[in-house]
Amino acid sequence: MTKPWISLSGIGVFAVLLLGVAPFVLTDHWLNNLGKYCCWAIVAVGIGLVWGRGGMLVMGQGVFFALGAYSMAMHLTLETAGDRIPGFMVLYDPLAPLPAFWEPFRSAGFTLLAIVVLPVVLAGVLGYALFKRRVKGAYFAILTQALAVALAILISSTIRETGGDTGLSDFKYFFGYVLNDPANKLMVYLIAAGLLVVCLLAVWQLYRSRFGELLVATRDAEERVRFLGYDPANVKLVAFVVSALMASIGGAMFVPIVGIITPAEIGAAASIMMIAGVAFGGRASLFGPALGAMAVGWGQSSLGSTWPEGWTYILGLLFVVVILFLPNGLSSLPARIAAARRKPDAQPTPAAVPTAAELEEVRS
Amino acid sequence: MHVDALIAPLLNGSAQGALLLLAALGLSLTFGQMGVINMAHGEFLMIGAFAAYLVQQVITASDLSIPVALPVAFVVAGLFGLLLEVTIIQWMYRRPLDTLLVTVGVGLILQQAALQIFPSQGVPVEKPGWLDGQLNILGYEWPLRQLFTILLATVCVAALSAWLKYTSFGRRIRATVHNRDLAETSGISTRTVDRLTFFTGSGLAGVAGVAASLIGGTNSQMGAQYIIPAFLVVAAGGIGQLKGTIIAAWAVGVALSYFAYWTTGSLAQVLAFILVIVFLQLRPQGLFTVRTRSLA
Repeated sequence: MTKPWISLSGIGVFAVLLLGVAPFVLTDHWLNNLGKYCCWAIVAVGIGLVWGRGGMLVMGQGVFFALGAYSMAMHLTLETAGDRIPGFMVLYDPLAPLPAFWEPFRSAGFTLLAIVVLPVVLAGVLGYALFKRRVKGAYFAILTQALAVALAILISSTIRETGGDTGLSDFKYFFGYVLNDPANKLMVYLIAAGLLVVCLLAVWQLYRSRFGELLVATRDAEERVRFLGYDPANVKLVAFVVSALMASIGGAMFVPIVGIITPAEIGAAASIMMIAGVAFGGRASLFGPALGAMAVGWGQSSLGSTWPEGWTYILGLLFVVVILFLPNGLSSLPARIAAARRKPDAQPTPAAVPTAAELEEVRS
Repeated sequence: MHVDALIAPLLNGSAQGALLLLAALGLSLTFGQMGVINMAHGEFLMIGAFAAYLVQQVITASDLSIPVALPVAFVVAGLFGLLLEVTIIQWMYRRPLDTLLVTVGVGLILQQAALQIFPSQGVPVEKPGWLDGQLNILGYEWPLRQLFTILLATVCVAALSAWLKYTSFGRRIRATVHNRDLAETSGISTRTVDRLTFFTGSGLAGVAGVAASLIGGTNSQMGAQYIIPAFLVVAAGGIGQLKGTIIAAWAVGVALSYFAYWTTGSLAQVLAFILVIVFLQLRPQGLFTVRTRSLA
């Protein structure tokens, strides 16, 4: 484990690059893209916490992403529509009233509260139900993915209430600010990037805390943690809830930056893409998930638009190659190279011991 | 309420359950044996469906082509499974969760390949003439197509359980499922057993694919559609338990059918998911479990 101040200064450098340098050197188009990658990175930081540190593979973060994104999108849609019924609803039935669950999202305060409370409650209930009954491993992974798929199908089929497959788009305002204004776009980007830095700081602190140690202990030897008098279910629950909250925040910021949210952004494929970045960057490391997610996001928008078939193959191969040969992602590469260079008979240096332990596989 | 309102979803759900059972059978076999969830299983199902289409390009008489397509699909999908086992999965037996992700990657590649080889809107599989029409049993009209799915699932289950029970390979598979280390100590080559299991499990996905192609269409997304319900069946049925898989498949199929009848198809999927979660609260290890001394 590196010294805490090294990680902290790493976050500092990252923050300066994102908040201080990027707005001045990037074009508006790429700054907007970077904002989108920041949203995915926020989700990835949460996945890193629950999967990398906690050993629980979540394949359905799209669910929590959706809770944040649709809460935000509903508020922005109502803000744009003003006193009238949102356009797409009128299309299907001009006389029908606003669905009851839309009504509270007129309030900005309620929307912000919903972005935080909804994922916490859902992850809390789901996590409690699963972890207390010791559902884990592949079961947990697929059950979360099943939820993401079910939610995506549900949203697709409720055209009048949620916009269906076309989703929600055409937002004009963001809490009173005109979204088209470049200055406000910059503000939205800065909020997203700032939230990413905050999330990194939060997990940095969590990893240093007793909770972080318990989480790793639960991942590596759940029974021993239980014998020591802790309930592993509670440890997992906290990690899962925090990751769900981060996914929701990522989703909420995604909406004003990208300008549209559809079920395609939350279903199985999207949820898997979120994992791809985390695996690529290094699931258990501090920066790996965020940087990996940004790299995959960049790959998708640059390669995916010019050569979509190729991008799917690359994504598939990325899964196979990274997980087969580099289970701890790119962030473990320096340690591996260093280990390979060392003479086989040489004594491991003290610093290398924990790194080697880190390289051990994450057991389900 | 008229009786038909209760019976119609039951018939329909039984057929749906039979299809789920076919899809889940191979998954349950490989999961029970190796603790590996093969997320590309759905794509093997798709391969079976495309195999049925390709067979029809050679044997144009649809009455004959489907009976030929069934064994062909079994072998083709089985060989794909064997290839996957030999090239990738055998290196990662100690990392089951990672295997799940690797096979997601393989599934993505297979889906994209199918999308490029075949037209994106999918290809039609001609239904044989002997599947048209209905059979009157106990005063209800049963579509032959649904009966065929149920019959096919029954035959597959019977063949698989006979194979597991009476052949020496089957005994070795069961021994490996129960206790891999002990099986190895008794001289069973678990490597060979694993490969054979993977071949069989993937082959069963291929057979499921032929059945699925007769009911829905054949396209690159069809595997993704089946993998999640199939896994829910495996989870609810209990690992490595044929009996549990059968009951769970039927229950999920019928539940989906009733939910869809009362609400909508999409809401039915959410309800079925909640049902499985609630069920896992009662029996976290599924309907039937292999008794072990493991603390988990």
